[in-house]
Amino acid sequence: MIASDFIYCRPDTLKEAATVYAKLAGEGKSPVYYGGGSEIITMSRAGSIAPGAVIDLKSIPECKVLEQNGAALMIGGAVTLRSIRESKLFPLLGAAAGRIADHTNQCRITLGGNLCGTIRYREASLPLMLTDAEVVLYGSGGERKASMLTIFRERMRLLPGEFICGVNIDARYLYAPFMHIKKTANEKIDYPLVNVSAIIIDGRIRAAFSGLCAFPFRSMEIEAVLNDKTASISSRIDKAADLLPAPALADAEGLSQYRIFVLKNTLCNVLERLRHDFK
Amino acid sequence: MILNEGRVIVELMVNHESRTVTVRPSDVLLDVLRGQLGLTGAKPGCKNGDCGVCTVIFDGWPVKSCLVLAVEAVGHQILTVEGLGGVAPVQKAFVDSGAFQCGYCTSGFLMVCHALSLNKPRAEEYEIEEWLQSNLCRCTSYKEIREALKTVFQSLS
Repeated sequence: MIASDFIYCRPDTLKEAATVYAKLAGEGKSPVYYGGGSEIITMSRAGSIAPGAVIDLKSIPECKVLEQNGAALMIGGAVTLRSIRESKLFPLLGAAAGRIADHTNQCRITLGGNLCGTIRYREASLPLMLTDAEVVLYGSGGERKASMLTIFRERMRLLPGEFICGVNIDARYLYAPFMHIKKTANEKIDYPLVNVSAIIIDGRIRAAFSGLCAFPFRSMEIEAVLNDKTASISSRIDKAADLLPAPALADAEGLSQYRIFVLKNTLCNVLERLRHDFK
Repeated sequence: MILNEGRVIVELMVNHESRTVTVRPSDVLLDVLRGQLGLTGAKPGCKNGDCGVCTVIFDGWPVKSCLVLAVEAVGHQILTVEGLGGVAPVQKAFVDSGAFQCGYCTSGFLMVCHALSLNKPRAEEYEIEEWLQSNLCRCTSYKEIREALKTVFQSLS
């Protein structure tokens, strides 16, 4: 049971959503946008948040789009992880989505919810960073677009009152060779020690990580090292592990040294498995 | 636009019947099913989306009813274990395979298995594993549950 009360809004249009957010925020209701609700409900039940209003985005048609129009794949922010995976339209994102929580929860968790949630792993961001997806945002100023690499810096950098309408992924990336590996300490359904997403574009590897540091990241420095054909695989991996943008996490899932160990093994696996596509 | 504030009267479509309930927008579906509709088949467990004992079918797909607001369910089809009527193939399979011990997790597993058999009547082994990983059984009847599900798939093929 959630002890606190809140207002529930289910707008039908983008404009209605932004307008009601502004109105409720102006009234001091501390509104939050609501996708699948997993985090908002669990955190509200635990009393760690107490929103005055939730704005459910699942009835807005633009947020429910999942289609390829030739040049790009469009995925609405309220599309569930299950739908993304089962569509098979972007297998790398499907693979990442298929390792978030469990299958039943994937029937509820939305793309926008995973990207904007407070749980630090935000695995769906990795394929979008690797393909530099275009993020379509909507807020009181209307629609704006931003590249994933500029708007996702440790977390989504949204303006107050903005929400993710959807993302557009260039079609040339959709079926590129890829790997997504999630390593956990014990159970398959668990928070990660390390998530690695990798994709081969034009014979070069791109890699992004979550669970390793306090935030998901894609590092051009690490990619430069991994693509250095003059060095041995083990040397590249050692150098990559020295280039993390922040200290490796040390928590109940694993110590930082163990995470680095797992990272190196995982990268070795990735480079080995993708070697035929990796010039 | 729907806007609910304070206590509201809403209609839920549960087990193919329209049911009227009075809820707060922050009430979760699990509590409304059990407390107002007397449908106690969905169990309270972790109430955190981890254990799966509260699983119901929402527009054909399994969801954990502790993580759904009752007001979100307006306009959608909810199926609880009571809606299976005791005659679903998966229920008979569970009995025949002895796929339970204490029974607390059973309704959740039944709903996942029922949804899987409807959505993927030719489910691959890895899909069966993925779907079943959403639920916990502390008596560890996993082997029997999987066997029961396989007999359902055999009858479908």
